Amino acid sequence: MQDNAAISAENISVGYGKITVAGNITFSLNSGEILTLIGPNGAGKSTILKSIAAQLHLVSGSVYIDKREISSMKERELSRKLSLVLTERIHAERMTCEDVVATGRYPYTGRLGLLSSEDIRIIDEAMELTGISYLKDSDIKEISDGQRQCVMLARAIAQQPKVMLLDEPTSFLDVNNKLELLSLLRKLVKEKHIAVIQSIHELDLAQRFSDKILCIKNRKADRIGTSDEIFSGDYIDRLYGISSGSFMNLYGTAEPAAVSGEPKIFVIGGGGSGVFIYHKLWRKNIPFAAGIIHKNDIEFPIAKALASVLIDENAFEAVSDKTVQKALKIMGKCSKIICCPEQFGTMNAGCIDLLKEAQKCGKLVNVEDI
Amino acid sequence: MNKKRSTRYAAGFTLLIILTIVFFFLNLVKGSSSISAADAFYGIFGKSIDESVNTIILDIRLPRCIAAMLLGGALSISGFLLQCFFGNPIAGPYVLGISSGAKLIVALTMIFSLKNGIVLSSAVMVTASFIGSLISMGTIILISGKVKNMAQLVISGVMIGYVCSAVTELVVTFADDANIVNLHNWSMGSFSGTDRDDILVMLCIVISSSAAAFMLAKPLGAYQLGESYAENLGVNIRAFRLVLIFLSSLLSACVTAFAGPVSFVGIAVPHLMKSLFGTSKPLIIIPASFIGGAAVCMMCDLIARMLFAPVELSISTVTAVFGAPVVILIMLRRNRQKGCG
Repeated sequence: MQDNAAISAENISVGYGKITVAGNITFSLNSGEILTLIGPNGAGKSTILKSIAAQLHLVSGSVYIDKREISSMKERELSRKLSLVLTERIHAERMTCEDVVATGRYPYTGRLGLLSSEDIRIIDEAMELTGISYLKDSDIKEISDGQRQCVMLARAIAQQPKVMLLDEPTSFLDVNNKLELLSLLRKLVKEKHIAVIQSIHELDLAQRFSDKILCIKNRKADRIGTSDEIFSGDYIDRLYGISSGSFMNLYGTAEPAAVSGEPKIFVIGGGGSGVFIYHKLWRKNIPFAAGIIHKNDIEFPIAKALASVLIDENAFEAVSDKTVQKALKIMGKCSKIICCPEQFGTMNAGCIDLLKEAQKCGKLVNVEDI
Repeated sequence: MNKKRSTRYAAGFTLLIILTIVFFFLNLVKGSSSISAADAFYGIFGKSIDESVNTIILDIRLPRCIAAMLLGGALSISGFLLQCFFGNPIAGPYVLGISSGAKLIVALTMIFSLKNGIVLSSAVMVTASFIGSLISMGTIILISGKVKNMAQLVISGVMIGYVCSAVTELVVTFADDANIVNLHNWSMGSFSGTDRDDILVMLCIVISSSAAAFMLAKPLGAYQLGESYAENLGVNIRAFRLVLIFLSSLLSACVTAFAGPVSFVGIAVPHLMKSLFGTSKPLIIIPASFIGGAAVCMMCDLIARMLFAPVELSISTVTAVFGAPVVILIMLRRNRQKGCG
């Protein structure tokens, strides 16, 4: 446990009653940092968040916020230190967005919950920061999903917590809203010195926006580390047990498994020009060969995932004769050839030989003819 | 709270208070014997020159009018609490079968005591009614754990209501002739026949429970966001839910004990108040529902007495005419919101 950690967990197990859903979890997080929980469906990410929020009893272990154990805190003390953003929709009738944000002040108001001018200032500020001031008087049920998540974020900010928990905050949002929300979150937690623990399904977002990533698998914490530590090698494939494809760390996306069998079509690719063809052939269930792709080419991971045979060349090296011969051999076995790049350079000059051979044997076809 | 809102709140409460005063005096003035407004005013203090006016006002009209006020307020608050509890805008003591459960136990108690020649005190009636309410409430809470759909929950409540009413009918059918008249009047619902002792009991229960409900305004507001958020904000959910069940059952039990089951007020009034004030903040809606419920019940009682005088309608007949359309409006509004959400 670090001395200055905003929140830390020491070997906690979470679950229902005595039944452990996920165990062996240890982490510590400073103010302004984001910890993201990833792992397969049903791994217990929500259960972990609920337990850290003290809404479920820990099966074992302890969670500390500001060096105080959460189970020893009174309800009010905890509510001033920890706030939530959940996925559940709000069903309350006739609640304006301002009313919703104002509920964040609950732990600070008196018996009847009347707001002081200081409370109102904090509410206004929270709405300002999340850019939803214009929604002040709108009904919470009549705004879009993206706007609603910003309102819920403002509410959680108005609670002035040390720690904020977000359960799949980006689900249901479109790509623009996802990026906006997480960028906003990044900025706010730094400014307000909040430690964030969130669960996220989108691995590309987890990779980009997290300071630390905690991976949950088989009822326990499998690995914790920075983004580059987690997204390395085939770890993500193993974490999720990806059997029908592979995860590409560089892009944070997954490709399905290649169509197996002898290649029927040879695709001359490179520089990203072949990606759409690879996908098209995959959709048509046609096994294909791709070449000659440098190992540092933008499309290399995709070609590697989708082509049944891949002819590659070492990074930053001109295509060698040996590689060209290898490619010509494979090309001879294919019935059709597609050429994707519109031009070639010194490094892939070898591909010009492939194109010439294709034209000579009359197998060259257009993309549209596939 | 911005200025526009405070103005709206002030205007709303002013309107409600004016309506309450108007219906209060109309209820005193109108009736089989017409009394002038001035006479009625003096009559309240027993100072009218005409002794018969004093008697009519003090012994008949005033107690009935106060009963309508208090019980109307109680029903509306009970309805609002239930709506918060179930997160369902069409929850209320009548549709969820809570009134009918109370009716059944009260009917059984009445028949038993009449048979044995015991005179029932109002406290015993309220207790019996409270037990009946809790039984129905328990059943509906068990069901609500299984069904999350708002319509299904209400249908379950209506069914509980039918079962309880059927058993009540059965019991009444086989009761002695002498009992029937008594029971029949009561089980139809009416504010008539309230005496001053009843008023005292009502006053104690309704005022204290309503005040307690008002003190719950803060956690209720948090609870409207959902249970997880409320818990995170520091609400002790278990204790809060227990208090909510206790208060809503007690308020509705008090109504059923004195006036029989009264339909739809519990749903309609809180909804109308939310529309009038443009908010669902418990701090506003609880007092508004109380005053609004009082005004609506006095209005409905006036109609029940006067429309086909000297024949008196049951109070539920009148409240249903006003209340049922409100339920339909709520559902239409919900559909519209779902459509654009």
